[in-house]
Amino acid sequence: MSVAQALTAERVWEALAGVPDPEIPIISVVDLGVVRDVQVDGEHVRVEFTPTFLGCPALDVMRTQMAEAVRELGGEPEVVVVTDGAWSTDRITPAGREKLREAGYGPPTPRPAGPIQLVQLQTGAFRCPYCASTDTRLDNLFGPTACRSIRYCRSCRQPFEQFKTI
Amino acid sequence: MTTQAPPRVDLLLQLADDELVLGWRDSEWTGIAPFLEEDVAFSSIAQTEIGHARAFYELAAAELDTTADELAFDRRPEEYRCAPFVELNLVHDWARSVARRWLYETADALRIAALKASDWPELAGLAAKIEREEAYHALHAGMWHERLTRSPEKGRYADALDKLWPYALGLVEGDQRRLLCEAVGRAEVAAVERGTHVDEWPSLWDEMTMVRRTVPGGTW
Repeated sequence: MSVAQALTAERVWEALAGVPDPEIPIISVVDLGVVRDVQVDGEHVRVEFTPTFLGCPALDVMRTQMAEAVRELGGEPEVVVVTDGAWSTDRITPAGREKLREAGYGPPTPRPAGPIQLVQLQTGAFRCPYCASTDTRLDNLFGPTACRSIRYCRSCRQPFEQFKTI
Repeated sequence: MTTQAPPRVDLLLQLADDELVLGWRDSEWTGIAPFLEEDVAFSSIAQTEIGHARAFYELAAAELDTTADELAFDRRPEEYRCAPFVELNLVHDWARSVARRWLYETADALRIAALKASDWPELAGLAAKIEREEAYHALHAGMWHERLTRSPEKGRYADALDKLWPYALGLVEGDQRRLLCEAVGRAEVAAVERGTHVDEWPSLWDEMTMVRRTVPGGTW
């Protein structure tokens, strides 16, 4: 097989930027910051990624779609889940945060130095994605998916989904 | 299926079985919790616990040359290494369910903190990741613990804690028992140890593994 264009890590990153999050398709896996590393060795492409939450049911779909994107470039994919204490929601890109806000999700607040405290979730640091008011309250630590909480905006009287900081 | 796993794999199976079985028990509140928000909370917590179980099983499966699903669902009931604490059927008893969540999260935080110092890099990394996710479970459990401790039904909650305490102590071993006593402000008692199973376990195992046993080798 003749390869018209050499397989490079840069091309793989570009292809992965076209792989949507299965649950929130407006944001890509690259915007979401879950792709940790791409290594290309000839046709072999190793993609390391960390799911936002280990129990995320979208994990297998993401893995399959990333492998497919690599195959479309003519590469032989190896998609590896990496788990360590280094990944946090701080890795979501600025563009990704903006896309989340536009779609009605509160992007995660910056990770504090220590463990998350309840009092931090009750502060005015959370901005309503609809009206930008910070007059919001925590309604439920848990939401429709593992990665989100439910908050309520007192200003525009609208509940919204807030990404958890991890 | 081997029951003579190396010690570090045996530890993984304890952790995985605890998370799987507790996740299963917590999911029994789905649809019938006393508040809609708790339907959501218990369901989400259950999903995350089962996700952690899967990660532990995958690590163990690589050592035993098997798969996470086979470890989770193809063992005989007596081969599971979970603590009797997580097997107890507490659905319909909110006080005991909250008491179990609070005791479990307190004990789990101790052992996850210890695992972060493991000389097995994959396990230490996994523990660090899990610790971040578990922070939300601990907040939820702590919030409910406070609420029930101060409620007019506080006697019922205190009774639930008393009844579950010997079981909770069986989650951890060695020095972690002393740390758990300190963390919850209770004296050490004779623990209900791992390796035994409660009367409710066979029916839970039967339900958990039914699909796998009905369609061996089936994939979805």
